[in-house]
Amino acid sequence: MSNAPNILSVRGVSKRFRSLHGETLALQATDLDVAENDFITILGPSGCGKSTLLRIVAGLDTQTTGEVSLDGRRIAGPGADRGMVFQSYTLFPWLTVRDNVCFGLRERGLPRAQQLEVADGYLAKVGLKGFANHYPKQLSGGMQQRTALARALANDPRMLLMDEPFGALDHQTRELMQELLLGIWENDRKTVLFVTHDIDEAVFMGSRVVVMSARPGRIKLDRVVPLAHPRHYSIKTTPGFAQLKAELTEAVREEVLAAQAANA
Amino acid sequence: MKPLTPVAPGARIALGVGFFVVFVALWSLATFGGFVQKTFLADPLTMLRSGWTLLTEMGFAFDIGMTVWRVLGGFLIATALALPLGVAMGAYKPVEAFFEPFVSFARYLPASAFIPLLILWAGIGEAQKLAVIFIGSFFQLVLMIAVTVGNTRRDLVEAAYTLGVSDRGLIRRVLIPGAAPEIAETLRMVLGWAWTYVIVAELIGASSGIGHMITDSQALLATDQIIFGIIVIGLIGLVSDLLFKWANRHFFPWAQLGK
Repeated sequence: MSNAPNILSVRGVSKRFRSLHGETLALQATDLDVAENDFITILGPSGCGKSTLLRIVAGLDTQTTGEVSLDGRRIAGPGADRGMVFQSYTLFPWLTVRDNVCFGLRERGLPRAQQLEVADGYLAKVGLKGFANHYPKQLSGGMQQRTALARALANDPRMLLMDEPFGALDHQTRELMQELLLGIWENDRKTVLFVTHDIDEAVFMGSRVVVMSARPGRIKLDRVVPLAHPRHYSIKTTPGFAQLKAELTEAVREEVLAAQAANA
Repeated sequence: MKPLTPVAPGARIALGVGFFVVFVALWSLATFGGFVQKTFLADPLTMLRSGWTLLTEMGFAFDIGMTVWRVLGGFLIATALALPLGVAMGAYKPVEAFFEPFVSFARYLPASAFIPLLILWAGIGEAQKLAVIFIGSFFQLVLMIAVTVGNTRRDLVEAAYTLGVSDRGLIRRVLIPGAAPEIAETLRMVLGWAWTYVIVAELIGASSGIGHMITDSQALLATDQIIFGIIVIGLIGLVSDLLFKWANRHFFPWAQLGK
């Protein structure tokens, strides 16, 4: 996988927030390369700047220094080439599930018939075929996030950015969502940048795990996950999984303690 | 009674009707019981009888029609102008910064205080009536629409941008549809206020309308007619309110979910 060409390159990106109490450095100068077809999970304690990094890649926040480029072109703002799934439920409540998935396609001016064809295909992939005419408020949290995933994928972005998309779901639903997303990824290998604080999640889905330090965030550890695809959920009980999980747990724990010490 | 516990639909209607019954009963007691002089307060039956006379013999239906026309006319003009301005203010912060201080000031100017000025400028014709309603509702509408549009959930805006929406597309496909149900609620509320302005406008310098009939009746001490006029206003207000509520439910079914 490391032989594949880089599609995303993050160079010396840092972020400073100005607040009433002066300036806070949220993210130290960070470098990160993402190869085509990679599934990178970014792991770190809360407040470490991992979401900030993702939002800068999405173009929703602007970095204080540094540069992000996708396919060699500098990122200056959000765009359809970087699909995003948020932790909060961001389906448009006035649109049905199907029209939510069509949103980006309609913006591109695709004929309605084609929009529906694409949308229904992705709804089938996330197992929501029978809910196309429901409104988001009629769906459970897991179903809403599945729709949000279908909406992002239907747009056929260059890469998918996911900001703790399963963070608000209960444990069982979350595990099913992980399997669903992993299954979709194993099929089409869409490049993914996935932020989480769940170590199991990071190892299970990632082909590479990046650990970030406590604020101000920087990349502390970068590990290739030595687990073959397709992965079955039972892989979580194998020695290889446990070994990497133990190392990452230690690394994250150190940062959580450091963050607590800094706040004390 | 436990706070915030919902009431059954049947009981809800019974309670709502119940108060009307109590109200009419007290009114009947005060008038038929001779506690209040007829000159000051007519009894319900006399009120209904003279209401019938007003409608069948004195062309009161025409007055009602005029009043309804004025309210709707003034309100529609105000809405047609307030919608684009309010949306522009909600979406574009410099536009808001430019208009908001003045609109906030203007909305506290009582519409009724403009009547003498408006008579001077526009005479006592229809233009003056429409202008009173316009002044009374336009500034309120602009401000509330701007706030509603400006309060659009930021995460929905961000999601739309990551789906490739343009700035104009954002307004058309996210800001407006998201704010629409609340804007419709605002229209419903301000239409209610417009009703109070029209009557005030008709009390002064009008030759037709419900307010005009009420002033005429005052000169004749016809409290029965005055009360009938007031009740007609209340009923029309109630009907327009119900129509608006029904339309909102019909056009924005998604906004009713989870309520």
